[in-house]
Amino acid sequence: MRTPTPLTVESLTKVYGEVTALRDVSFTAQAGRVTGFLGPNGAGKTSTLRILLGLNRPTAGRALIDGQRYRELSAPLRRVGGSLSSDVFHPGRSGRDHLLTLALASGIERARVDAVLTQVGLADAARRRVGGYSLGMRQRLGLAAALLGDPDALVLDEPINGLDPDGIRWMRGLLRQLADEGRTVLLSSHVLSEVQQTVDDVVVIRHGRIAFDGPLEALEAGTARVRVDAADRDALADALRRAGATVEPGPAGLSVLGLDVARTGEVALAAGLALTHLSDETDGLESVFLALTADEAQAAAAPADAPGVATSAEGSAA
Amino acid sequence: MSTLTALGRATASELAKVFSLKSWWLLGLILVAYVGMTAAGLAFFLSDAGALLAGAAGGGAPAPELDPVVIANLVYSSVTAVGLVIPLLFGALIVTTEYRHGTLTPTTLAQPRRGIVLTAKAIVAALMGALYGVLGLIGSVGLGAPVLAALGEDTALGEPEVIGVLLRTLVATALWSLLGLGLGALLTSQIAAIVIVLAFTQFVEPILRLVAGVWEWSAQLGRFLPGSATDALVGAGILSSLNALDPTVPVAAVDALTWWQGGLVLGGLAAVLLVAAALTTGRRDVE
Repeated sequence: MRTPTPLTVESLTKVYGEVTALRDVSFTAQAGRVTGFLGPNGAGKTSTLRILLGLNRPTAGRALIDGQRYRELSAPLRRVGGSLSSDVFHPGRSGRDHLLTLALASGIERARVDAVLTQVGLADAARRRVGGYSLGMRQRLGLAAALLGDPDALVLDEPINGLDPDGIRWMRGLLRQLADEGRTVLLSSHVLSEVQQTVDDVVVIRHGRIAFDGPLEALEAGTARVRVDAADRDALADALRRAGATVEPGPAGLSVLGLDVARTGEVALAAGLALTHLSDETDGLESVFLALTADEAQAAAAPADAPGVATSAEGSAA
Repeated sequence: MSTLTALGRATASELAKVFSLKSWWLLGLILVAYVGMTAAGLAFFLSDAGALLAGAAGGGAPAPELDPVVIANLVYSSVTAVGLVIPLLFGALIVTTEYRHGTLTPTTLAQPRRGIVLTAKAIVAALMGALYGVLGLIGSVGLGAPVLAALGEDTALGEPEVIGVLLRTLVATALWSLLGLGLGALLTSQIAAIVIVLAFTQFVEPILRLVAGVWEWSAQLGRFLPGSATDALVGAGILSSLNALDPTVPVAAVDALTWWQGGLVLGGLAAVLLVAAALTTGRRDVE
């Protein structure tokens, strides 16, 4: 069994000159789960991941790999593998030689180089110069580098980017398998739908702040919304509230959160109320995600009141 | 893991990086050809045949009879006279290429202690610098000695003084490779490093050395220029030997540095650059 290696980010703040890229960012990626780190480009995903891997220094806060900073790990590539960009290869060096230099630096046995090249499907191209690789091949080489030390945790920045449909399917399967083996998998994306089928947990970042942190089901559950109406609207609202729903009155009936259509109908029947309207108004996950990550003005127009959504006490971001 | 183990691994990794690219032997090829042609040319013009030719063409004063050891040293030290730009470039390239191609990210992931990476690069720079010294000597001795022999001059290859010049050439090329590493680590920009290396070695320093010789105070300072220090270290150099070649050129107003002083100047300059880089660019975020 693998050593559970949670990746923990604690109150990270990162200031670049005048720009505050991260404000008090905290979350944990758990072992055995795929955590999707989501947000629009420029929200602070890459900054967070680079701090986690010891490449950048935080202005405040810390990032830990199973309780240790990256720089404190005695054999970092064996604990956590990272792939942060597909532009980290010398075009004149072969993919195999790139991995060999990393294996030598980390004291990893050479046999792993060919093993990971085969695992990511690059065995045939291994001795060719990286300059001739496609974006998808460089993504695979980056993943091979991350897997080189057979690590307990993986940190991947936009790993789906640049892959063809076959590659995406393969990548999803591999990420699932790696998590099922007990590894921590933290991956970033700016498109929820890209990773929706793969992730267990979701951390959404917007303007350098965490906007949502929880299991994917919580994000989904928060979106279930039923519109219902009856002649005696107040009685219906009371009955639904007693059944545990959050009810918002609106011009076209009641907006119900926390109950699905069938359960709403049952509650109305039990209360002896005849419904004049009943419909499923559930938003797609993507629209919830878009609402979470929208700019201030749009966010105000489309309030995202899903449970688990962190409300920012300080108000609008600069 | 001990620091020594980490350093050993980092050094092996840095060597593998060098030998997995073409640039190291392309630079070597250029060095052998450039130094070899310079040495052959010098051997010809410093020989009696060359002097006769020069005398006939110029019609000036007959050239003085030169000591064979002085001639041999000048011919063989073509490596340090014209070839130092190659180890200097090499040293600058092995660090700036990491910034240019973003490989500093995987390098730092594999070894997050950046002082260890820079030390490993310094070891590799020194080793490869010495290798370029050997390649340079293959050019200067390999082409210079046959030309001397063909023109009836003494190749002086058995002379202890000449052997000393050859050995100290390797020290000089190793130190210049370290200078390049320090410069590259400090600048991080590959373009800037290449421009500065070429401009300094090809124009700025030769001019500074000539101008520095005009006044005594500037000559005092001029001894510490990298090129002058190198001539002192190696024990031969065209600009330091003008008086031996042409007695009408006045003897330098100040004593040259001793060979070990010259070595210390170069080594000290490289150390300053490397420490400065470790304290500045070595602490920045890896972008």
